[in-house]
Amino acid sequence: MSDLVPFLELRGVSKSFPGKRSLVDLAMGRPARSLQAVRDASLRLAPAETLGVVGESGCGKSTLGGCITGLIEPTAGEVLYKGAAFASRRRRERSRIIQMIFQDPYSSLNPRLTLAQTLDEVLRVHGLRAGAAERRDRIDELLLMVNLAPSFKDRLPHAFSGGQRQRISIARALAVEPQIIVADEPVSALDASVQAQIVNLFVELRDRLGLSYIFVAHDLNVVRHVSHRIAVMYLGEIVECADADLLFEDARHPYTRALITAIPQPNPEQRTELASLEGELPDPLSPPPGCSFSTRCPLAVERCRMENPMIRRVAGRDVRCHRAEETGGVSQRV
Amino acid sequence: MNIRETLARMRGSPSLQAGAACLAALLLVVFIGPYFCPFDPDAIDFSVAMAPPDGTHWFGTDNLGRDVLARVFAAGRIDLQIAAVCVALPFAVGSTIGAVSAYVGGVVDAIVMRIVDVVWAFPFYVLVIAIVGSLGPSIGNMYLAFTLVVWISFARIVRGEVLVARRLEYVQAARVLGFGHGRIVLRHILPNVIAPAMVFAMSDVILTILGVTSLGFLGLGIQPPQAEWGLMISEGRNFIFDAPWISLFPGLAIIYVGITFTLIGDGLDDLMRAKP
Amino acid sequence: MSAPVLDIRHLRTSFGGAKARVAAVDDVSFQIGRGEIFGLVGESGCGKSATCRSIIRLFAGARATIESGQILFEGRDLAPLREAELTDIRGAAISMIFQDPMTALNPTMKIGQQIAEVLKRHQALSRSAPRARVLELLAEVGVPNPAGRIDSYPHEFSGGMRQRVLIAIALACRPKLLIADEPTTALDVTVQDQILKLILRLRREIGTSVLLVTHDLGVVAQSCDRVAVMYAGRIVETGTVRQLFARPSHPYTRALIAALPSTGSRRPLTPIGGAPPSLTAPPTGCRFHPRCAVAFEACAQVLPPAVAVEDGHSSACLRAADGP
Repeated sequence: MSDLVPFLELRGVSKSFPGKRSLVDLAMGRPARSLQAVRDASLRLAPAETLGVVGESGCGKSTLGGCITGLIEPTAGEVLYKGAAFASRRRRERSRIIQMIFQDPYSSLNPRLTLAQTLDEVLRVHGLRAGAAERRDRIDELLLMVNLAPSFKDRLPHAFSGGQRQRISIARALAVEPQIIVADEPVSALDASVQAQIVNLFVELRDRLGLSYIFVAHDLNVVRHVSHRIAVMYLGEIVECADADLLFEDARHPYTRALITAIPQPNPEQRTELASLEGELPDPLSPPPGCSFSTRCPLAVERCRMENPMIRRVAGRDVRCHRAEETGGVSQRV
Repeated sequence: MNIRETLARMRGSPSLQAGAACLAALLLVVFIGPYFCPFDPDAIDFSVAMAPPDGTHWFGTDNLGRDVLARVFAAGRIDLQIAAVCVALPFAVGSTIGAVSAYVGGVVDAIVMRIVDVVWAFPFYVLVIAIVGSLGPSIGNMYLAFTLVVWISFARIVRGEVLVARRLEYVQAARVLGFGHGRIVLRHILPNVIAPAMVFAMSDVILTILGVTSLGFLGLGIQPPQAEWGLMISEGRNFIFDAPWISLFPGLAIIYVGITFTLIGDGLDDLMRAKP
Repeated sequence: MSAPVLDIRHLRTSFGGAKARVAAVDDVSFQIGRGEIFGLVGESGCGKSATCRSIIRLFAGARATIESGQILFEGRDLAPLREAELTDIRGAAISMIFQDPMTALNPTMKIGQQIAEVLKRHQALSRSAPRARVLELLAEVGVPNPAGRIDSYPHEFSGGMRQRVLIAIALACRPKLLIADEPTTALDVTVQDQILKLILRLRREIGTSVLLVTHDLGVVAQSCDRVAVMYAGRIVETGTVRQLFARPSHPYTRALIAALPSTGSRRPLTPIGGAPPSLTAPPTGCRFHPRCAVAFEACAQVLPPAVAVEDGHSSACLRAADGP
């Protein structure tokens, strides 16, 4: 990667949500505990690059996606586009740069608008084509780009399957000609064979249009397939960020290693009765004082419990672990 | 939604069909009927005063010899028009306030909800009567009174719906696509959430008719000699034993309207619950 | 080999009223041995859930009829049993756990009570015995600090913990067969791993047979002994897990395996073209033939019978004898 101003950068982005206090808490004078959904996240994205963001429930990846698109306002840190604060731009400008694809195909389209109306509205609001005829042509073009027949354009969303609806959402996002697309679990709600079709579509569009993606998902195999680099999140923090293949071959953070070995591989020759990760996620309202993974980490020592590690560069990737140098080697069980 | 689709949907609910038929009949009779009625509702004729219903005067005459049928029709036109406005205004005002309040959230929402709570604490009729009573009986003051009191019901309903709709992914998509807030609320949220408010509007018509006729009954609404159902019932009070038809027929008219709109409201409710 | 715990023979179950009857389970046969974990794998709509529900007739209000076939549980046919007899079997001899742990527990009852409830229904225990037994069961399924959590409500537990509680309830009476319908689909991958390993361990300790329904071939490979692949209401291939992955003998199985994102490869994924057939009007002959890469004329005319590919491994394909 060049040393020029990064395309998209997140610097120390944090987001907390205020917790509720019951009357008892108020009476006892307990302060409100806040939920820190994202803590000190820093990332960079290059043009035409795909960054996968993975993690399990409660890791903050969806909130991070929201912070990048502007749907959620960070409580700290900044999002920079080509070196300048993204938030300083007007909303309409921002929407021409970063777009979003959502998880649930059944609620991501306005049920009362036909495909043509949905796409036409986007083109009109942004003034992207001169007249009604030009807009119609562009709508046909967009539908073809996502492998949908233009003859479908006067139908309502309920006439379409989940996979088709996701294609429509993709066409809607492409209509503004964005640079970056944040996809928040775009295939999780789809059947396996349909997932494959949509994933292929993502890759094809990226190669054709030179888009950058931030691909948020919990399915590591799918993420590995589309991403150049992958960031792993745990309890609101980015714990490791590496090239996709490097991550799978030689993950350095114990959580990443556990996550990878937990994936059930379709290979019956390699089986074990040992779970790859014991224990439960800590309460996000009161995270552990030191490293957030220390409560479950088999390599945790005293220092881990007292001091939250900073992200550092170890063996060609960024990792948040005091013992990253020691966890190396080809993928093994932790 | 086009006409064909609407009519097809209606087939799903017998209540709605019955209610719609009753309403059609009512409107036809009240607005077209007078052309077939040979009597002027204001024509006084002491020679036929207090006549019971017969072949000439189907609903009889009142103490001033005015034809009750003609007066029921004339009153119907007035009452229905006033009721329509007294529902439409709070519907529009309340829905808008509710939608904006839920969409903007925060302090604005908190303040609006406290105002709603305060107005809600007063009994409906007391407040309406108090406002009309203090400002003076006139149609304009009735519109004002109903709007000031009834908007809160619509506001609460629409607010609840918008709070949910705000979180839906297609609304979030509209935000990310850079659409203005006005467009998002008017084009993407309201059409999808207005249905419960419309169902409530139907039951509100009944409440409003009762309110308007009650004001008339108390002398705070339409003033004589104008025909108005409540007023007619009130005027007929003194003759309730000698000429009960003077109060009876306007009363039956009010009941008929109540049944009509109850059927429509139930029917719409059926349709909404059956929606895929 | 000892007698199977469950022997399903030519089961046919249909859903819907007279107008739109759909055979969700169409001539399904398989056997589950003692202490065996048997996987039933297929995409959504293939009939695997309907098969499970047919075994203990838990259709959750849907209008379903078991039209023909036998459901032999330890030699006894369950199909003709009356509801009263089935309730004695459910929870005691055959248990079931479902996909969504968030809604499967009663939110207003403490979890200790919910576990005790099944003990009281099927076993005659003294008044204080259930509590001790419940604590044992919670420890068995890996709930930390059982004494502290026995009086908690479901909302105080995470998804993975709730599924453990549900497994405790299911295994409380030591059933011979546990039916698990997509038990980990709604869980995160590390939690899924924990739950699957728990099921493996409990199978070893208690000896329960498990019918594990899933759409994930990885889960099958890691947890099951034998497996049957279902498509459009019919079984297309049966065998041990090793046999299935080493030598997939049905085009659908091969296509499923090929569609998985394989580690490291950046080639475009190969989805299976077309869509699963509507069960109201299935294709003539082999149900998969419209999407099959190697179909020929006879495939559209004849419903292929299951033929043995090797010992214990069969495939319902006219071309099963051809190599991969």
